[in-house]
Amino acid sequence: MALSPHEYSGQSISKLMYAVVISLLPAMAVGIYVFGWAALSVTVTAVVSCVIFEYVLQAFVLKRRITALDGSAVITGILLAFNVPSNLPFGLIVIGSFVAIVVAKMSFGGLGNNIFNPALVGRVFLLTSFPVQMTTWPKPFAVDGVTAATPLGIMKEGVAAGSPVSDLMQQVPSYLDLFLGKTGGCIGEVSAAALLIGFAFLLWRKVVTWHTPVAMLVGVGMFSGILWMIDPSRFANPVFHLLSGGVMLGALYMATDYVTSPMTPRGMMIFGGAIGILSVLIRSFGAYPEGVSFAILIMNAFVPLIDKFCKPRRFGE
Amino acid sequence: MSMTLLFTILTLCLIGIFAAIILYIIAQKFKVEEDPRIDAVEEVLPSANCGACGYPGCRAFAEACIKADSLEGLFCVPGGNECMAQVAHLLGHEAVAQDPKIAVVRCNGTVENRAHVTQYDGVKTCAICAQTYSGETACAYGCLGLGDCETVCPFDAIHIDVKTQLPVVDEDKCTACGKCVTACPKQIIELRKRGPKGRRVWISCINHDKGGAARKACQAACIGCGKCVKECPFDAIVLENNLAYIDFEKCKLCRKCVAVCPTGAIHEIHFPPRPVKSQETTGGPSTAVSEG
Amino acid sequence: MTQHTMKSFPMGGIHPQDHKLSADQAITSLPVTETVSVFFSQHIGAPATPLIKPGDQVKTGQLIAESAGFISANIHSPVTGTVVKFEEVMDASGYKKTAAVIKVADDEWEDGIDLTPDLKTDIPADPDLIRQKVQKAGIVGLGGATFPTHVKLGVPSGKAAEVLLVNGVECEPYLTADHRLMLEKGREILVGIRIALAALGLKKAIIGIENNKPDAIKYLQSLLTGEDPISIQALKVRYPQGGERQLVKALTGREIPPPPRGLPIDVGAVVLNVATCKAIYDAVQKNKPLIERVITVTGCSIQKPSNFLARIGVPIQSLIDAAGGLPEQTGKVISGGPMMGKSLASLDCPVTKGTGGIVVFDAEVARRQDMMDCIRCGKCVSVCPLGLEPYLLAALVERNMLDRAEAEKITNCCECACCTYTCPSSRSLLDYIRLGKTAVLKAMRERQQK
Repeated sequence: MALSPHEYSGQSISKLMYAVVISLLPAMAVGIYVFGWAALSVTVTAVVSCVIFEYVLQAFVLKRRITALDGSAVITGILLAFNVPSNLPFGLIVIGSFVAIVVAKMSFGGLGNNIFNPALVGRVFLLTSFPVQMTTWPKPFAVDGVTAATPLGIMKEGVAAGSPVSDLMQQVPSYLDLFLGKTGGCIGEVSAAALLIGFAFLLWRKVVTWHTPVAMLVGVGMFSGILWMIDPSRFANPVFHLLSGGVMLGALYMATDYVTSPMTPRGMMIFGGAIGILSVLIRSFGAYPEGVSFAILIMNAFVPLIDKFCKPRRFGE
Repeated sequence: MSMTLLFTILTLCLIGIFAAIILYIIAQKFKVEEDPRIDAVEEVLPSANCGACGYPGCRAFAEACIKADSLEGLFCVPGGNECMAQVAHLLGHEAVAQDPKIAVVRCNGTVENRAHVTQYDGVKTCAICAQTYSGETACAYGCLGLGDCETVCPFDAIHIDVKTQLPVVDEDKCTACGKCVTACPKQIIELRKRGPKGRRVWISCINHDKGGAARKACQAACIGCGKCVKECPFDAIVLENNLAYIDFEKCKLCRKCVAVCPTGAIHEIHFPPRPVKSQETTGGPSTAVSEG
Repeated sequence: MTQHTMKSFPMGGIHPQDHKLSADQAITSLPVTETVSVFFSQHIGAPATPLIKPGDQVKTGQLIAESAGFISANIHSPVTGTVVKFEEVMDASGYKKTAAVIKVADDEWEDGIDLTPDLKTDIPADPDLIRQKVQKAGIVGLGGATFPTHVKLGVPSGKAAEVLLVNGVECEPYLTADHRLMLEKGREILVGIRIALAALGLKKAIIGIENNKPDAIKYLQSLLTGEDPISIQALKVRYPQGGERQLVKALTGREIPPPPRGLPIDVGAVVLNVATCKAIYDAVQKNKPLIERVITVTGCSIQKPSNFLARIGVPIQSLIDAAGGLPEQTGKVISGGPMMGKSLASLDCPVTKGTGGIVVFDAEVARRQDMMDCIRCGKCVSVCPLGLEPYLLAALVERNMLDRAEAEKITNCCECACCTYTCPSSRSLLDYIRLGKTAVLKAMRERQQK
């Protein structure tokens, strides 16, 4: 005996989460191809520690219903790993997982109650606490130990040193290489192509909608385009911004996180657009070469405000 | 290095002192003049902010007491007579007193007495179960056992017993604030006089179905037979709509009704056990609920 | 003529599986049981006043309870026999109501009722006469709302009707009663529509039919001529297309203002279900009162999903028996469709004017999952056809923040259940929203009275 409805769509949290995990496999494959097995071991460490932290907290500390295997901790682990270099020491990954799960997610009340994207909180914590390890990227396709600067790193330092952008563009990989992933960077952010394939899968399965990613990419493209048109020697062109660093990963997977993004299409587009603009702002004028993580975390704080003002149109009014 | 440190500490202390002075000045300048008696009255109140007095919180009740000419109509239920006597003393008014009350659960449809005929699968709160249907048993009036009363009680004074699936009132903690009364969608809980030494008699059923249907649904139901009405020497019991009700103002606790009730629907509490008389036939299980 | 472009409503909606298991089953008459229980309230408005008492003999079609007020309806005896008693009987709402229990002896109809099957196409011209006959026959909306039809056929002063919309959508999964009625009694339905047009003084009617019933669309289309005031509009298959607001929007482009103020007449529309139109035909042309209706009995484990023409008052158990009996693993029996229907506490519950379907669910399917925390996925917002935010409304009601719930328009909710259907966390959103709606409406009423 219960009230209607008596039929359900069959959708569940696990199904949605594991669909996202599957969609991240192409990016994982490219990560291993470019950075070797270290990419896989970093990811596995992150996933295992995230799941264990969540389980331990729910079973022994909070004594609540155990949802450690519902897929959300797995995604947090994968995305945290995708946001760090593949030569990161395992200890730091575990610390990052701890911050992501225990501090950013469980202390707020668990899945559904956190304000900030847990994987990004973990990554930003690692970045600010261990800046050297987090900004020493392995050279793509290289043997152990050899490191090299990423395209964004080259751009940032070069502009600061006074070189014109046109010169710096000779030093970074070609657009095709950037698109496919033959470039340096964090494990999961390098290949726009792999990320897009995975995202297409998510769109097909109706796990996410197009609004946030499209708005963010438009934001990045337009704002960087404006800057580039103003001074092409100081600012890189939009295509470079779209294909380098964490823009694709951020737009397709980090900004679209259910819990920390707005609830309505209009809200999502404002959210995405603002993240895009902020990312380019931090990249171009800020101290860090990459700004996507900070941009997303800043906008996460604005989501309740966005939800308050972006309500759907009420039928009949 | 130490000069820098000294200088920093000094500057911060000065800023702190400066801020404190500003805050103090503003606090004094914009101070709201309040009757100091409000604080004094609020002190003696239980600070439960339960709303039983009808005011939004203890402070609002304290303000109302100060403003009023007499304490007529103003009573803090959890504080009780003691508390109101203190308030009266502080304000120089006449003390008001009320018979202390307690929440009484008027249902004895335990799992044993009342068979479950359907299974409720919705959200486990009484409010939503009541909006779904009349309950898992054949008695449409009985307790649903999902604990809205327990959830709402600010004094932790009512709990659902796991075995019987009925609420049990903790006599020491209950202040008769009335929140459980409003929370119950079946209006099963009533505030009744505690009685001398905590003794009271009540009919633990609110089923209005005809006797046969009521008894079929629950063995402990009031079947509206009227024996208690006839037996009561004080005219304290009325029978309306197949249900008997004891008026606690008129009841003199003689317990004659308890003895004649054929289903044991009438309950008594805190009385000494009856002497057993060999010839007396009580006609059925006479339920005497002793301490606790 | 059929409009060839398919129309729909602008936001929200879901696509549950059709499960139209009984779509090919012709309507069969269900034999009457030994006793029937007839409620005195089978309609919106005041319960009817009984005209009979225990011991009386009644004939089929005899008036046994009279309309008690402006919004009320007559009740007629569905059988011939003796009134045994008045009893409190469990109905689909889960609470007991008063019903007359009649022991069946025969099937002798009242004088004046035309039982011949031939089609009568000459309709009365006088609107008052039509309304009188409809009221006398106790016709109420058979789409499930059971609003007294004679009231709907009279336009209140200050409002104007422009178009009659006929609801042939049947968007709930499993139900096929209206579908079969359109295929088998299409001519009668069209005459009923013409009668309604005459009563309302209107020159235009549109029948909305969902596109999963192409045979019905084609058949009704073949009965219409070019100059007919009646036309057919095919509609995209999407739940809840059959809801009043969504139907009016799809067929006229207009949006009814939100409840509690807004009704279809506020945008010039009058909406009637196809079964109601057939009942109007019976009442006006054949003097037949509303004592039987078509009910779909269905479910994935039901042996013979069927469409029965059943008399009011027979126990639901008899319908299920006629469809092959109650399957072993049954967990729930629903009166209505799976999206908005009510679980039955007992199969002795009798058929009423509002019973459109009986759906039987297995115990595994019927069980509710545990509620998890809201993961803020936004799916409930995207499927709400009225532009509400179910996650927010449910959260506000849980925390008893009813003034904010009112501000967030909880009273607009039409209880279609798209939100709860979709929620991946299995949250019982609609249960909380219903609770909040009741409380907010009560507070609004009290506020008005002050």
